[in-house]
Amino acid sequence: MGLVPGVIKGLGVTAKTALNTVFPDGLKKPIPAPSKGAATVQYPHEKEEPTPRARGVIALHEENCTACMLCARECPDWCIYIEAHKTLAPPRRAGGKPRKVNELDRFSIDYALCMYCGICVEVCPFEALFWSPEYEFSEPRIADLLHDKTRLGEWMTTVPDFEDYEAGSEAKKKQVPR
Amino acid sequence: MILGVDLAYWQETLLRVLAALVAVLLPTGTLVYLYLFKLMSFMQSRLGPMEAGPYGSLQLLAEVGKWLQKEDLFPSRADRRIFALAPFVVIASTFLLVLIVSAGPDAYFVNLDVGIYFGLAVSSVSVIGILMAGWASANKYSLLGGLRAAGQLIAYELPLVLAVVGVVIQAETLNMNGIVFAQADGEIFGWGGIGNPFILTQFIGFGIFLIAVQAELTQTPFDMPVAESELVSGYLTEYSGIRFLLFFIGEYATAGVFSAIAAVLFLGGWYVPGLDSDSNVFNWLGPIVILLKILLVSFLIFWFRFTMPRFREDQLQRLAWKFLIPIALVNIAATGVLKVVF
Repeated sequence: MGLVPGVIKGLGVTAKTALNTVFPDGLKKPIPAPSKGAATVQYPHEKEEPTPRARGVIALHEENCTACMLCARECPDWCIYIEAHKTLAPPRRAGGKPRKVNELDRFSIDYALCMYCGICVEVCPFEALFWSPEYEFSEPRIADLLHDKTRLGEWMTTVPDFEDYEAGSEAKKKQVPR
Repeated sequence: MILGVDLAYWQETLLRVLAALVAVLLPTGTLVYLYLFKLMSFMQSRLGPMEAGPYGSLQLLAEVGKWLQKEDLFPSRADRRIFALAPFVVIASTFLLVLIVSAGPDAYFVNLDVGIYFGLAVSSVSVIGILMAGWASANKYSLLGGLRAAGQLIAYELPLVLAVVGVVIQAETLNMNGIVFAQADGEIFGWGGIGNPFILTQFIGFGIFLIAVQAELTQTPFDMPVAESELVSGYLTEYSGIRFLLFFIGEYATAGVFSAIAAVLFLGGWYVPGLDSDSNVFNWLGPIVILLKILLVSFLIFWFRFTMPRFREDQLQRLAWKFLIPIALVNIAATGVLKVVF
């Protein structure tokens, strides 16, 4: 395409977009209604529903965490802080030995550092970390972006169930622990 | 004498200063709100500012308030005096440029015999301000931006002047009002119904003029000097607060003033077909007509701005030197020959 036809075509594209935005009902009913024609929504007044798999905030299911530290070590930003101590849990079957387990003292994610890569969720072998589509957790104080394990546990209620896999998939559908 | 009232010299001067402020700031605000905020948003399928005032109409006031509150920062190694002065040089060029715009047979700031020549001369003063800003910032991005701006503005000054020469040949005068009268009293093959707007005969000149104006304003696709992905924001990098605001007003006010000049040169100025070109009506109707024509011409400028991606530096220079200037020269020659023949 030559220079001049290209320029004219480009001008046509922008003009068409502007017309479609201002007159969403077409030019036969020329009533300006840009708020209907625009592809965007006016955020604080109107909210878009995030998709179920949207990556908003990371939730922690504390019971599944064994303090294995994999997430903290894989985190590119080193924004996960884990402290735990060894303790004895009652045996699984009657007459067995008490089990040695790690009990979490601290599990914090610093969302001021987090870059939402999701590696911690991927790497967790015990299904303790989940993506939640919630995205409104900004804070006036930056220190409040450090979410402790209570706060991270509260996000679990917002985690949606996993969607069904494609028909015929061999993989077993995972369940979100409730 | 203004509108039949005798005023002392200082009163007249005060009125003219106020009128110049209005003539610069009113079209600027209109252009920024209507085109930069709204039209650009619509062309990108969004709404633009909606919170400040109905449909965001007070957004500009909010922005100005924000800029006025900001700290007037100086880089520690900057050449402080020149750094502080640069935005005023740029805006002075805009205010000098608005002086030649005529909005009616008596509604002008100064009626210079060399009208358009004076305008093109003072419009190049802004290059000095931009170079001063780029040099005094003590910042390599600013310096590169300033140098690019200088190269670009000088390159496009030439087609700008050459495009105007065709009009001047046809109108036989440099005076802005004279050019309007020449169009108002002109005839198209003996038919004087709408006068003879020079866009009919000088459409090549009009195109070159608009392209050159786009480059003079450093608007996309000619925004190499402020190319944000390469130069942060060129010569504006170190500016904040009111000094940035002055550069900003300078850019968009110049867009408005150049649109007004294009309207006078090519679109018949303040003249409305059907009325007597000497009639007193034009002293109040003219400014309205000029404002509408400013909106029309700057719509073209901003439409291109919102559509086109940026030129590369060498493409930009090639367009000016290899295409626009030869075409403009041919246009002048053709106009001259036809002027003598007819």
